[in-house]
Amino acid sequence: MKITLNNRPESFDKEKISISQLLEFKNYTFRMLVIKVNSKLVKKDAYDIFEIKEGDDVTVLHLVSGG
Amino acid sequence: MTFEEIKSKLKNHTIGIAGAGGLGSNCAVALARVGIGKLIISDFDIVSESNLNRQYFFRDQIGQKKVIALKENIKRINPEVEIITNDIKLNEKNIVEIYKDCDVIVEAFDLAEMKKMLVETCLSELPEKPVIIGSGMAGWGNSNDIKFRQNENLYICGDEKSEIAENNPPLAPRVGIVANMQANTVLEILLSK
Repeated sequence: MKITLNNRPESFDKEKISISQLLEFKNYTFRMLVIKVNSKLVKKDAYDIFEIKEGDDVTVLHLVSGG
Repeated sequence: MTFEEIKSKLKNHTIGIAGAGGLGSNCAVALARVGIGKLIISDFDIVSESNLNRQYFFRDQIGQKKVIALKENIKRINPEVEIITNDIKLNEKNIVEIYKDCDVIVEAFDLAEMKKMLVETCLSELPEKPVIIGSGMAGWGNSNDIKFRQNENLYICGDEKSEIAENNPPLAPRVGIVANMQANTVLEILLSK
């Protein structure tokens, strides 16, 4: 399937993946993430069950301490 | 637009500043200088000596509440700005209450956990509100890594990677760049209306 991840096209050999799997595939190990799928916020407790499908627009925002 | 025209536009707007540390104090001062109408500033902390390497406070203000000291400093620069202060720790509930009528919210916390809390609260409770985040500004140098991008109503300022650490502290120059980038983004949003 093809999705958009942080404004870039991305392909996976599966029909759907969870957010947790996406983070694993992409090696996103940052602790403080904000994730949106198709403009909707997905909270951390849903990362294992929320399924990303063909055509989805995914934003992964990494928040860093300091200010 | 002339400065007079800019000021007359800005005076009708209210900006929420969540945090009065390195980002919040410098961003608020920049907005006050250009003539913003109203600032709503929230922070529960007091000024300490370690803040003076980047935050808009003075040595003789050590021990004062940050929101009180900042209001005093802004009034010395531009007495026309209306300033509402909240000596409070922000959370999922009071953020919505305090900032729901602002034109733009500036995220100005230090901890990533708090940044995440604010972003998630705004995305779910105030989805139409522009929110300007500062993320990634520790250390020094690498000015060109500090950038700006927009994702719908979220505006992100910073290098999105430089985390604070014992040997990578937040310092006036890079924190000031990001704080002023946030203020600049406020102008971009308000003056395009």
